[in-house]
Amino acid sequence: MTRFLVRRLALAAFVVLGVVVLTFVVARVVPGDPAVTWAGPRARPEQIEAAREQLGLDRPVPVQIARYLGGVASGDWGLSLRTRRPVIDDIARRAPASIELVTVAMVLAIAAGIPLGLVAARWRGRAPDLLSRVSAVIGVSMPSFWLAIVLQLIFFQWLNVLPVAGSYDPGLDYTSPLRSVTNAPIADALLTGNWPVLWSALSHIVLPAVVIAAYPAGVLTRMVRASVLDTIGEDHVRMVRALGFTERSVFARFALRHAWSPVVALLALVFAYALVNTFLVEAIFNRPGLGSYAADAIAALDTPAIVGVTLFVALVYVVGNLVVDVVQAMIDPRIRVA
Amino acid sequence: MATAPAHPETAALEGRLLPPGRERGVRAAARRNPLLVVGAVLCLAIAVAAVLAPLIAPFPADAGDATHPLETLDTPSSAHPFGTDQVGRDVLSRVLYGARISPVIALLVLAISCAIGIPLGIAAGYFGGVVDEVIMRVTDVFLAFPALLLALAFAAVMQPSVTNTVIAIAVTWWPWYTRIVRGQAASVAGRPFVESARAMGIPHRRILLRHVLPNSITPVIVQVSLDVGGVILTASALSFLGLGAQDPTPDWGLMVSQGQQFFTTHWWLVTFPGAAILFTAAAFNLLGDGLRDVLDPRRVLTR
Repeated sequence: MTRFLVRRLALAAFVVLGVVVLTFVVARVVPGDPAVTWAGPRARPEQIEAAREQLGLDRPVPVQIARYLGGVASGDWGLSLRTRRPVIDDIARRAPASIELVTVAMVLAIAAGIPLGLVAARWRGRAPDLLSRVSAVIGVSMPSFWLAIVLQLIFFQWLNVLPVAGSYDPGLDYTSPLRSVTNAPIADALLTGNWPVLWSALSHIVLPAVVIAAYPAGVLTRMVRASVLDTIGEDHVRMVRALGFTERSVFARFALRHAWSPVVALLALVFAYALVNTFLVEAIFNRPGLGSYAADAIAALDTPAIVGVTLFVALVYVVGNLVVDVVQAMIDPRIRVA
Repeated sequence: MATAPAHPETAALEGRLLPPGRERGVRAAARRNPLLVVGAVLCLAIAVAAVLAPLIAPFPADAGDATHPLETLDTPSSAHPFGTDQVGRDVLSRVLYGARISPVIALLVLAISCAIGIPLGIAAGYFGGVVDEVIMRVTDVFLAFPALLLALAFAAVMQPSVTNTVIAIAVTWWPWYTRIVRGQAASVAGRPFVESARAMGIPHRRILLRHVLPNSITPVIVQVSLDVGGVILTASALSFLGLGAQDPTPDWGLMVSQGQQFFTTHWWLVTFPGAAILFTAAAFNLLGDGLRDVLDPRRVLTR
């Protein structure tokens, strides 16, 4: 187990290193000079030179990468060219709201996807299977930006039942201002007992969360179905069936227990994917978050911010995968050998 | 082997003893798998729409940069079943011509991804050791990259165009195929027939092409057919953000993006092109799902 852990950690560190180097290479081919952006439109040549020195752009690229890596390790992710604040502070301010949104979406996806997958596997080839497979296909085929606009049209324009812009009603800032603890509105409202904001934030998160949940729900449905079908084809389940257990208890007591492992493995991947999907969805629903920060950074060619967000999402992915792998290895010793 | 005498008795026996292989399995599975048939029919319909767009579109010129200042933002009618857009172009014609763009982008991306991913995966799985380690660690790095984010960064760096959309997505797509092929190739490389081929001194290139590649390609075919929908979604997300095809190209994502500012009053501008994306992605996903059930031997054997 120790050997597995060491190897797995080294691998994760290597991947993070590679992501930083690769992002840096991408950022270096960006047209336009970061020093010019930083110094402003009316800067004199010597000011641009000073900016270049201040940003460390006068050094060779390998030195820049090494300095950046050293900074990343000590919590200095560089300065955003656009907001002129440290990138790590910007991310710390914007990420919690996005993570909250994705978490709510994942809860919705799990609540929809797992039962649908189970139903499909239990009645394979019959009407419930067909129905849940068709809904899974629709889920994974849904263009999120389009679903966002259509839901806005239906629930705001026509029915006028759900709000479509922002994280909560801005009028509440006067009547019951929200104190920031985690920078995630629902969590903050819960922690500070701010019920009006909590209610408003919950109603604001429904539509964006549904949009983000569509794809993960479809993927989960497929995965649960396939995984359960694989398990019930195995010998031990066949034997249980031959012993005369009812179909219901074959499923509940034997098949499901072993079907979870691949589903859990999928969750980290799907979470990272959904986090990137906030790029589109937050912009359409006008929610402040990591996604809208990244979209602004890309529009302004703010390279330190782009590199920072990429690194952050990659870190989420790597750490998520690491946790999943370690948990699986703890459960199933066969994995440790690989 | 090839010149075995044709004997009526053995021929009849062969017919009966034929293992539950391709031909019979495919047809039976198609019968058991109505979604595959539906997916295939829908994909065929999209292909027909793409090929025959100049004939079936009511206003073929509207797919280009034609403008009709007197007919802007008309509601759907018998003349314009999907309405007209902000410069008076027929939305139905543009949606039909759009079938020539997204699916083609998807096929190009997948072709490039396979061209990069499959050889790397085969090499990693077959040779093992240092080669394997180097290739797979590079692949891990690319896998950790959020695909849409890297594609966004690439698209932002380059001039927005269809070609650059294809490149940006392909850069993030190939590692999946490397990973899939590597696992297959590694297990094939250890089998006796490959080992004996190696012992006979057959050159690596020949072994790879004649034995390893054909025996590790099926999962990739399945994955490619499952990925068409995903690439179409990613490409239309890029053009929705203005980082892909540019006006007057009748790209569905771009049309949704252009219609967004009018959507509260002119719903058809957003609805129809977006529905076309959903329809196309769903058609290819159904086809891919069905193909997996047919081609994946494990699934077929479970019942």
